[in-house]
Amino acid sequence: MAVDAARHPAVPVPATRPEERERRRWWLIALLLLGLALTVVPFLWMLLGSLKTQSELLRQPPTWIPESPTADNYTRLWNRLDFPRFFWNSTLISLLITIANVVFCSMIGYALAKLRFAGRDLLFLLVIATLLVPGTVTLVPLFVLMSKLNLVDTYWAVILPAAAGPLGVFLMRQFMLAIPDDLLEAARVDGAREFTIFWKIVIPLSAPAIAALGIVTFLPSWNALLWPLVVLTSQEHYTLPVALAIFSRGQFQADYGLLMAGSVVLVVPVIIVFLLLQRHFTQSVTMTGIKG
Amino acid sequence: MSAAALEHGQAVPRRTVWSRLSRHLTGWLFALPWLVIFLVFLAIPILASLALSFTGFGIANLRDWFSADFVGLDNYSKLLSDERFHKAARNTAIFVVVGVPLTLASGLVAALGLNQAIGRFQALFRVGYYLPVVTSIVAIAVIWRYLLNPDFGLVNAVLGLVGIDGPNWLGEKSTALASIIALGVWRNFGFDMVIFLAALQGINPVLYEAAKVDGATPWAMFRRVTLPLLRPTILFLAVITSVGYLQLFEEPFVMTGGGPLDSTLSVAMYVYEQGFRFLNLGYASAIAYALFIAIVVLTFIQFRVLRSDEYV
Repeated sequence: MAVDAARHPAVPVPATRPEERERRRWWLIALLLLGLALTVVPFLWMLLGSLKTQSELLRQPPTWIPESPTADNYTRLWNRLDFPRFFWNSTLISLLITIANVVFCSMIGYALAKLRFAGRDLLFLLVIATLLVPGTVTLVPLFVLMSKLNLVDTYWAVILPAAAGPLGVFLMRQFMLAIPDDLLEAARVDGAREFTIFWKIVIPLSAPAIAALGIVTFLPSWNALLWPLVVLTSQEHYTLPVALAIFSRGQFQADYGLLMAGSVVLVVPVIIVFLLLQRHFTQSVTMTGIKG
Repeated sequence: MSAAALEHGQAVPRRTVWSRLSRHLTGWLFALPWLVIFLVFLAIPILASLALSFTGFGIANLRDWFSADFVGLDNYSKLLSDERFHKAARNTAIFVVVGVPLTLASGLVAALGLNQAIGRFQALFRVGYYLPVVTSIVAIAVIWRYLLNPDFGLVNAVLGLVGIDGPNWLGEKSTALASIIALGVWRNFGFDMVIFLAALQGINPVLYEAAKVDGATPWAMFRRVTLPLLRPTILFLAVITSVGYLQLFEEPFVMTGGGPLDSTLSVAMYVYEQGFRFLNLGYASAIAYALFIAIVVLTFIQFRVLRSDEYV
């Protein structure tokens, strides 16, 4: 560095002494810790709030630890608002959407990555072109279509439009491109049928991509609000986000205990799965994101 | 069969024709289940949306589609004079123009920080920052509405400790949209961070060594080495984040209902309102299509501005 400063005397190089660098590092760590507090505290607040009584929730200044912890908010969710039903609806719908996507997207992904057929590139272009189409655009025509098919206010109305997304195709194709052709060719020479190759060779090799696809499909389905809100009209069909959104705007607007408990039911299963499969999550993000 | 044809090559032309045909067929068969659902529930509705936007489609036309009146460009000319649409468009534009750079910047700062200052604890921070990304926006909006409550919310209580009298965040015109932008940044920066981290870890450390030898300051290294190499990542994140932000719906729907005085009404909310509260399905389609066009145009601009030839 001294040599360098001598070479360019006109530009003074600020000497970063070890102490200074160390101090800068501590500032950075403090900032990062503040960020961590900002992201984690709201969830903590939700959890603690769901165990407080209404009068404690409305106290100023607020309390951190519930003074007399109560499960009352949860029992009200369960007994008066039928949350088990909403939970079941959400689970069923999201699982079926995920299974459908895994099956359909890996099939077409295989075709796009490893089979040669007329129109293949055009088909892939179609997938890419619709990657960025906003859900808001199809809202009205889907509703019109669903009412024609008599599917309004059924699970199918939510499941079918989400059962074949372009993102999943993109993900599976990109992953399957990396599977060596020799492997498949060898099986073909041995007389294996195309479906056997797909099922016995390609699918097991694609396990990481399938896990990633499962995650990127399940999460948005579990969290989706707009389309289910439009198409599920009777309360018995509500998913958790729809129920929570409607209750938070309606008669339970100020019932924060109930709303916090409802949020816990909606959020905690996802957080648990996230913590368990943390590595796969990051992988799913980079897999869909980076390999463009 | 195809293996046999392969061995005999041109000696068995009939088989070759059959095998070629079956090859095309196999490809399409694998694509078929996905393609049918995709066409019926995504591709055709996209086109139908355009067709609907030229009609006065209402609830009465749901049984017999072709009984709807063709109104030409009426819906679109109505958009031009619709004050509430203007308000919604303005709010959404502000949300995107302010929110997207803030989200990317926060994500980048978090990624740079984690990459440099934190050794062993990186995973912990990563999980924490990513938590809001995986959770439902509805739940987040519900939680933040409580946190931002002027009378008994945590935010104003904390501000009160340092002597600041916090406003009624979601109840005042001047702060409602800003609060929703802050919430958007809070929820989404973790996604950008993960992508930035992956990109940062892909940068060859030799480049930094070389810069250091040349006496570059950390800031100069960031400007001259890191930022140019992150350009494709920034482009990708800008596009993804903008497309998401242009469809802003859940936060205002849960937190403000679009108020006060429409100061947080978004375009997607207006589509919902026109389509499913007032049942003006044709007009709602026109609004949605305007949003679609905005997304396409913005994506195109971002590609033009942020693309550098080396990476395309």
